[in-house]
Amino acid sequence: MSDVLVVSEHRRGELRDVSLELLTAGRELADTLGGDLHVAVVAGDVDRFADELNRPGVDRIYTVENGEEFDHTVYAAAVEELVDRIDPAAVLVPNSVNGLDYAPAIAERLEFPLVADVLGFEYDDGLTVTREMYGSKVETTVAVEGDRFCLTVRGGEFVPAEGVGDAEVESVDVEAPESGARVKGFEEVAGGDVDIADADVLVSVGRGIGEEENIELIEELADALGATLSSSRPIVDNGWLPKNRQVGQSGKVVTPDVYVAVGISGAVQHVAGMKGSETIVAINTDPNAPIFDIADYGIVGDLFDVVPQLVAEFE
Amino acid sequence: MKVLVTVKEVGEADDDFEIEGTDIAVSDLEYDLNEWDDYAVEAAVQLAEAGIADEVVTVTIGPERADETIRMALAKGADRAVRVWDDAFEGSFADVSSKVDVLEAVVDEEEPELVLGGVQAADTAFGATGVALAERIGFEHAAVVNDLDLDADAGVANVHRELEGGIEELTEVDLPAVLTVQTGLNEPRYASLRGIRQAQRKEIAAMDLADLGLSADDVESALTLTAMYEPESDSDAEIIEGDAGEAAARLAEVLRDKGVGA
Repeated sequence: MSDVLVVSEHRRGELRDVSLELLTAGRELADTLGGDLHVAVVAGDVDRFADELNRPGVDRIYTVENGEEFDHTVYAAAVEELVDRIDPAAVLVPNSVNGLDYAPAIAERLEFPLVADVLGFEYDDGLTVTREMYGSKVETTVAVEGDRFCLTVRGGEFVPAEGVGDAEVESVDVEAPESGARVKGFEEVAGGDVDIADADVLVSVGRGIGEEENIELIEELADALGATLSSSRPIVDNGWLPKNRQVGQSGKVVTPDVYVAVGISGAVQHVAGMKGSETIVAINTDPNAPIFDIADYGIVGDLFDVVPQLVAEFE
Repeated sequence: MKVLVTVKEVGEADDDFEIEGTDIAVSDLEYDLNEWDDYAVEAAVQLAEAGIADEVVTVTIGPERADETIRMALAKGADRAVRVWDDAFEGSFADVSSKVDVLEAVVDEEEPELVLGGVQAADTAFGATGVALAERIGFEHAAVVNDLDLDADAGVANVHRELEGGIEELTEVDLPAVLTVQTGLNEPRYASLRGIRQAQRKEIAAMDLADLGLSADDVESALTLTAMYEPESDSDAEIIEGDAGEAAARLAEVLRDKGVGA
């Protein structure tokens, strides 16, 4: 009961990066607990995924063939079966859209306390995890009672495991009940005339713009800089710009030479989509806005004062 | 059908805030309806307007202070509200399962066919309560829904789940179900003056654990918030000083150096 079970994630034929990061997190935790690291691969091309997941530090990989894509009924049944078999102290799941579609259910079923969106952890007579609150404005530590738990772990917090391991791979039959949530297909929603991922310079607008008619000001800036216009999520939610302009976890991941963030606070979902930019410039009124943590240059000030002056500089 | 909407009042931290003990000082928090739940309320009210929902009931775990926020949901069109609070929650960091204990009891009482809630609460950001609730009460579920088309006759909800990277999953979910709602699902309305007046007369049923047949032991949390602090900034940003004109001039210089606007 000191083992760790990591549940990997894949989509449309590809293992997602967070799966390899979870191997690192899982190995760390297994080391402190003095147990083994088990990894589950559920659905899809399980043998190929098992190969990719076979990294040093992984003790055992279980493949569960059952359908091609994610189905929360199958995932929950598979985890339940494996927990029954392995009796692990910890179940680690990616804090992803699909992870959050089954981890809370399986934690509830197993009566494991759940901590979501975990950034890190320490184990010393008990588990303490680090996570954020209040829109990333504060970090907290949370003590977890008991010796079993389920954690959903944020992507990008642990380095992906590398190398070739010698884990045993075992195929497991899991009988899942018929699912009451049937996946009918997928739709790409970020298509269209512009691909912001191709731009060398992006001017990106966020909630700080306040009103739809103010977007024009940022369009002027983009024009003046010869840049492409993009945005954070709230702008697209409001219907002020189309979905193909959205930078972030649910939008596009961009890596331009220069990224100018205007009125964007830098929520983690946004940062996930642009932190790979070569140079990041942020204009924001809040000096504590997380966007400044990853910016190379920052102006703490009102965008309505700064942007017109900046446009003038380039005219 | 009856629709139950989980509604949370959340605190948003001011730009400048102090931490007292393991939370942000109350005076530095602005309380409001959780943004995600606003979309869930709108979805439920639209179902009522379409004649699909007969009644929209909100449920909140929160102190009396939350009544103001609940009234906003009522003003937007919810029919009545249930608010559960108890001394047992005072100063505790409720875990998912204890919230589900409360919500399960309310579901038993209300017998909804559809439960809607936000994907997550803006303050604690677990994103787990809805799916855990579905498991407990034996409902089907879908997390992170950004498109909803309810076919009551067929007994299904056709939803889109917003996956990462601009991909949506199209899924057919059997009713009864719990759906967690993503921002952008709809355009949440502002409460009208008439709505606000009507909300004053709508019922907010205040309950404690005993009213729901629960005790403090049932909702004992496995989680304890042991520390809260401002994250260490590893920022090496050059903060450009000066008034707007000076700052813009310096930034223009930096941008030109990077080949921008050339």
